[in-house]
Amino acid sequence: MEPLVCFPDPVLPVVGTALRQCGLGFRAASSPEAASSLEMTSTKDGWAGAVVSAADDLSRAIAFCRHLRRREDPVSPLLLVIAEDQLRELQLRDDLFDDFCVLPSRPAEIAARLEHLMWRSGRNAAPHVIEHGPLVLNLETYQAAVAGRVLDLTYMEYELLRFLAAHPGKVFTRETLLSRVWGYEYYGGARTVDVHVRRLRAKLGEEHAHLIETVRSVGYRFGQPAWSPGPEPSP
Amino acid sequence: MQSQRDYVLRTVEERGIRFVQLWFTDVLGTSKAFNITPAELEDALDDGMTFDGSAIDGFSRVQEADVLARPDPKTFQVLPWHARDETVAAVYCDIFNLDGTPFEGCPRHALRRTLERARDAGYTFFIAPEVEFFYLADGDPSARPRPLDAGSYFDLSVDDRSSEVRRRTVLRLEEMGIPVEHAQHEDAPSQHEIDLRYTDALTMADTVMTVRLVVKETARHEGLYATFMPKPIAGVQGSGMHTHLSLWHGERNAFSDPSDAYGLSDVAKRFIAGLLHHAREITAVTNQWVNSYKRLVSGYEAPVHIGWARNNRSALVRVPVVKQARAESTRVEYRAPDSACNPYLAFAVVLAAGLQGVEQGYELPPEADANLFDLSERELRTRGIRPLPGSLKEAVDEMAESKLLTDTLGEHVFEWFIRNKRAEWRDYSVAVTQFELDRYLPSL
Repeated sequence: MEPLVCFPDPVLPVVGTALRQCGLGFRAASSPEAASSLEMTSTKDGWAGAVVSAADDLSRAIAFCRHLRRREDPVSPLLLVIAEDQLRELQLRDDLFDDFCVLPSRPAEIAARLEHLMWRSGRNAAPHVIEHGPLVLNLETYQAAVAGRVLDLTYMEYELLRFLAAHPGKVFTRETLLSRVWGYEYYGGARTVDVHVRRLRAKLGEEHAHLIETVRSVGYRFGQPAWSPGPEPSP
Repeated sequence: MQSQRDYVLRTVEERGIRFVQLWFTDVLGTSKAFNITPAELEDALDDGMTFDGSAIDGFSRVQEADVLARPDPKTFQVLPWHARDETVAAVYCDIFNLDGTPFEGCPRHALRRTLERARDAGYTFFIAPEVEFFYLADGDPSARPRPLDAGSYFDLSVDDRSSEVRRRTVLRLEEMGIPVEHAQHEDAPSQHEIDLRYTDALTMADTVMTVRLVVKETARHEGLYATFMPKPIAGVQGSGMHTHLSLWHGERNAFSDPSDAYGLSDVAKRFIAGLLHHAREITAVTNQWVNSYKRLVSGYEAPVHIGWARNNRSALVRVPVVKQARAESTRVEYRAPDSACNPYLAFAVVLAAGLQGVEQGYELPPEADANLFDLSERELRTRGIRPLPGSLKEAVDEMAESKLLTDTLGEHVFEWFIRNKRAEWRDYSVAVTQFELDRYLPSL
């Protein structure tokens, strides 16, 4: 996913923390010119959004917002971070931002607002579709298909497959899967993971069962590193 | 919880599902269902569906007949056996009182309570049953049972109709994500067995209900009748549900101890001791019909005496010998249950008996090395080996005295069950059977 652009450079510590919490990439710029050249070098399709802090220099921040919004494809969503005494400056500038946050704010609040904004603008951090070889997962409709055949999955099977497919090539222990996928009190314990993997493999069918690999005495891995588009290099 | 609900609702919408079956089980283990439309499903997920429980076995109460069926969204599944234009899905329900408290007559709650007890003690409980049943040639169960074939154990017959139906059943189960370990022809003509891969006990109880439905449904489609009746045909083996049990501590099998001569940990030994000690009390639940006791007789590989052994199939508890490298598959096999039990209640009482042994530190009696069938009554007595109850009446009398069973099943189920089973015994006692007519009428 594309990074967000932040004003000014260096970015406000609380904003940096929040962005990292959301797992969103970003570049900092102190001028529209700097932002433009960064956009050329570090994005393919343009900025995924922006966080502009007006606390230090209101007028330059507003100019920065204007630059991002008054162009052919306006940058959105844009979160404006301001001080309390700047609240009245927001009047009649509704077109320059999508949401705002008043300092002092905790990183958690900024992170929550960012996440919500990203979700609303449809450019949220997680993609709507996960594709891996013959497997397609539509995260919006909760439907999964392999080689064009719709899979009838229970909720937990779907969740496990989604988690694994979102991290191709990575090895997970049963305990990790149990805590990340189940996460709530369950009667099964760690062996439950084996049971669900078995069920998933049965539903994927013999031809595609190997999508979920057993890693001896460790746990499970989705897809082989050899042909996985994930971060692991080919041997 | 919210996302589980959304998952169900979105799937119903995306797959064009017209009806959703709400499944639940009465106290005697009979599947019950009612259909609702997708429009009603949202309400059902949020608030449950009210229905009159008084018509359902074990659900009847004096004051208030209405109960709530609340779908467990984790169990939602699209059924594979309907035509594409009328896709049907099913979801298991828990039954609640109108005030939101768990309904005492709901077998799922009884099992869940026992599983919580195990969890509080640090254990998760895994279970793998072997479900036996017969295929009969007539689709109409009122006809005299007629086997389909004359095959037996592991027979390889090329053109065997019942094996074909069984194969189709297994494929369908696999399609539903129910892994089958083995499926084979059993000893008796037309008798088959489906061994299920272990899961946690609640999932397995749901699965056993699904398996029975799929077996019957697939047979019906072929014009056959599949029965889980414990002893449908005299003179041949009955249908049991040998059940493999293990307790786990996280990722470690709590039954395994490679340094022990039997490969069994103290936990396993105490668990077996618990099963043996309470075997007579739990038999009414694991073998709940008059007919169940026609299976539990000598000569047909069914257990009759209370003992344990490694490679002795006459024992009530068998400890399968596992290879050293497969220590994690250490388990004990409880051989009394039949496939016509209520799996929720049967799993609950078996677990409760074993746990009692673990918690109270019961001592494991020596292994029954001889074939128990071959020992005389006196030899059995000297070895302190007791028999299982020989009839439903004996089993129910034993159960009625059991605190373990009152605690495990809860007052409501416990009392209803005993009342119902005493009535069944009464009906049986006053019946004049074919046996009596054949034996006495010509000469008396």
